[in-house]
Amino acid sequence: MKLEEVRRTLDAEWSGRRASRADSMGTEVLSCHASDLMSDVLTSRGAGSLLLTGLTNAQVVRVAVVSDFAAVCFVRGKKPQSEAVQVAEESQIPLLVTPMSMYESCGRLYTKGLPVGDRAKEAPSCQKK
Amino acid sequence: MPEEVTKIQEMIYELLVREVMTKEVISVMPSTPMSDLREILRAKRISGTPVVEDGRLVGMISIEDFIKWLFDGGQASPVADRMTSDVRTIYDDEPLVQAVNKLERLGFGRLPVVARDTGRLVGVITKGDIIRGLLRHLEVDYRNAEMRGARSSHIFEDIQADRAALKLEYQVRGGDFSRGGASAVRLKTTLLRLGIDPQTTRRAAVAAYEAEMNLIVFTEGGCIRVEVEPGIVRLLAEDDGPGIPDVERAMQPGFSTAPDWVRELGFGAGMGLPNIKKCADRLRIDSVVGRGTRLEAEILMERQGEPERDSAQTRA
Repeated sequence: MKLEEVRRTLDAEWSGRRASRADSMGTEVLSCHASDLMSDVLTSRGAGSLLLTGLTNAQVVRVAVVSDFAAVCFVRGKKPQSEAVQVAEESQIPLLVTPMSMYESCGRLYTKGLPVGDRAKEAPSCQKK
Repeated sequence: MPEEVTKIQEMIYELLVREVMTKEVISVMPSTPMSDLREILRAKRISGTPVVEDGRLVGMISIEDFIKWLFDGGQASPVADRMTSDVRTIYDDEPLVQAVNKLERLGFGRLPVVARDTGRLVGVITKGDIIRGLLRHLEVDYRNAEMRGARSSHIFEDIQADRAALKLEYQVRGGDFSRGGASAVRLKTTLLRLGIDPQTTRRAAVAAYEAEMNLIVFTEGGCIRVEVEPGIVRLLAEDDGPGIPDVERAMQPGFSTAPDWVRELGFGAGMGLPNIKKCADRLRIDSVVGRGTRLEAEILMERQGEPERDSAQTRA
């Protein structure tokens, strides 16, 4: 699915600089990861994937960059922090902001046929503190 | 980068306090009523200010003094009655390293700067001033520093001319969450520029990200060194930090001792070390409580045409 279709599906707006948008629109999105837990996102295979998250700090964008995500979309209309936008522009990763909730965003993209990312084959067996 | 780190170390001795201090000093007079102080501090967004009479520094007054004054009943009184008169200052011609040491030793947020010859107040220096000053004099933006222009082609030539290991070095400051992941992002850019394949680059960058977060969250800071040789990327993270009491336990997915503030930011779920293990072909952790931790991870480069490894294939 092209990023522009993702954007329209989520009723989302581009965030950050205008210049690179034409390129971003054609970016191929292979799958989706939805999480506010960056520890988990870092363990997943994010290459070419969309990161849906409610966190807006710069670390989220850096996680997306090192894991080769195709784009980041912030849910619930939350705008990324200015440092996050800066990191995104330097690393040329597109940012979107959708007014939808995480659940609705996931549902719409899933319905449109965007595949899931990796299934957690090695899910943590224990969650003790 | 190593050359930049060295440069900062030099600059801290070469630069003088007056070159980085804030010159437009907000000050109050000894006669200023205490009741005006709150509005002055609030409007200027400062937590304390020098008290000056005829250009001479006669004391310091802080928000703490103000709160104490309120607590004591808030009777009408001039700043002179509540200020600290025994003021620690620094001369404007001292090297930055003196200011760094003094701030550190005294645990102060700011030091008034006075001219050595006249004894007059000429500025104020804070840690923020020092950092901004260093960055300004480096004439580089940390975020962009590494791979722009001549610098990147320089690295390229080095590695082509000489097959010996390329060494990269990143200093990570403890507690500096805002920069979390910045070294990993720089590493990724560098590796891609060096022509390392995307999969290997990603594994190295993710491992570096986790190692970097560990340094930030758990230690006073440390160093990440990366060696690139044909066929292999070697990652070394070292700190003098608290050490890991039970490495085996720390390796269990979900085991975490991260503080709440880290968790609120989306990290600290106890996946760091397991994830480094997942990314690396070999991992070795040596840790001594009270002494520090040394983490060494080796990532073998993907062979051409080999399908991307997934988690099932990648185990240490």
